[in-house]
Amino acid sequence: MKEIIYYPGCTLKNTAKNFEDSAIACAEALGFKLRELEDWYCCGTVYSLTSDDLMHHIATVRNLLRVQEEGEERLTTLCAMCYNTIKRSSKRINENEDDREKINSFMYEEENDYQGNVDIIHYLEILRDEIGFDKIKEKVEKPLKNLKLAPYYGCLLLRPLEVAIDNPDSPSILEDLITVMGAEVVYFPFKNECCGAYETVSEVDFVVERARNIIGNAIRNEADALLVSCPLCAFNLDNRQKNVSLKYPDFEGIPVLYFTEALALALGLDPEVCHFDLHYQSIEELVKEIEQ
Amino acid sequence: MPFEISKELVRSDFIKKIEELSGEEISACYHCGKCAAGCPSVDTMDLLPNQIIRAIQLGDIEVLKTSNTPWICASCYMCYVRCPRGIDLCSIMEAVRQMTLRENLDHIDIRVYTDELATLPPIAVVSAQRKLSS
Repeated sequence: MKEIIYYPGCTLKNTAKNFEDSAIACAEALGFKLRELEDWYCCGTVYSLTSDDLMHHIATVRNLLRVQEEGEERLTTLCAMCYNTIKRSSKRINENEDDREKINSFMYEEENDYQGNVDIIHYLEILRDEIGFDKIKEKVEKPLKNLKLAPYYGCLLLRPLEVAIDNPDSPSILEDLITVMGAEVVYFPFKNECCGAYETVSEVDFVVERARNIIGNAIRNEADALLVSCPLCAFNLDNRQKNVSLKYPDFEGIPVLYFTEALALALGLDPEVCHFDLHYQSIEELVKEIEQ
Repeated sequence: MPFEISKELVRSDFIKKIEELSGEEISACYHCGKCAAGCPSVDTMDLLPNQIIRAIQLGDIEVLKTSNTPWICASCYMCYVRCPRGIDLCSIMEAVRQMTLRENLDHIDIRVYTDELATLPPIAVVSAQRKLSS
C-alpha cells in the first residue's frame, strides 16, 4: 500500500476529528495510507505576510525538517489553513537560500539543516492526480443519489495563485468529486468567498452575516448540504448557523459536511467516522437516506 | 476629516516602511476600485480597501490608525486575484496592522472571549491572536 506522510494540525485532533477519521478511512479504502508525521508542531495557522518576519516560518520549517529526516520529500495535509500556511512558507524558504540559512542557524540545536526539498500537496490533489476520479467512481458502493451538494472552497485552497490546487477563479475539483460520488452539483456564486475566518473570535456578528449570505445562497440554489475542506469554514458555516438563527428566527439551515465525510458515505464506510456529535446541523437524516 | 496634503508627508519614511514590510509598490495603485468591488467584507469596513492605499500614498497615518478596515481584512486574496496592477493588498493590510502591533498595541484581548474559547476551533484562536495581537 502506497504511503504518504500526513500532517494533521491541531484542529483535526479536536473539533474536526470527523475530518481526520473520515479522510484516513477513505484513504485506506482507496489504497493509500496516511502516515502521521512524528513530533509535529503547530504550523502557525496563518502565513506571515511581512517581509522581515522570518520568526513565524520557523514552526513550519521544523515540520519540513521532520519530513526530510524521515527520508521523504512530500507531505500532505487536510486542513486548508495548514495547507496554505505550510505551502506558502515552504515556497518562500525552499526558493530563498538567505532565508533558509538564517532559519537553519536559528535552529542550531537541530541535528540537521533543512535542505529546502520538501513539497506539500493537499489530500484533494492526491484524489485527483494520483488515485484519479475514475478509480474513485469504480469504488463507490452507495452513490449519493438524489442529493444536491454545494461545493464550498473558501479562500485558502485557491488563493494566491502560486499555491492554488485548482483554477482560482473557476475551480472544479470538488464538483468533479461530487459527480463521481453520484450526487448532483449545486452551482452557487459564493463558493470561493471568504467565510470570515478568524474574525469569528472577535467579530461574531460579521461572521453571522457571512454565514447567512453563503448558506442562504446555497439554499436558494436548492442545496441539501454544503461540502467544505477547512475546519474554520466548517465552524463558521455550521456552528455559526446557531447564531444566525438567533438573529434571524426564520432562517432554516442545511448540514455542512467535509468532502471526506461525503466520500466515506459514498464508499460505503462506517458512518461512525463522521462523528455525528461534531456537527451542529444534524447529518443523521442525510446519512439515513444514503444508507437506505 | 480635512487633511492637508504636504510634500513632507508624501515623501515621508513611513511610506517606504510600508513598502518595505509589504514588498509592494504603493504608487502602483490607480484606484480603479476592483479590490473594493470584489471584497466580501467591504460592507463592514469604514474605508474601502483602495482608500487605505490612498491614505498611505498621502501619508495620512492618523486615518490608518483609526480605521477598522485592516482589522476586518482576513487576507482572503480576492482583491489580489482581481487587481489589474497585481498589487498584493493583503500584504499592505498586514503592514498597516503591524504598524500598530509593533508598538505593543493589541487590537483584541483574547481573555475577553473566554465564554466561547472552549468551543472555538484551535485554528481560530491561534490565528486571531497571530493577526490581531502582538
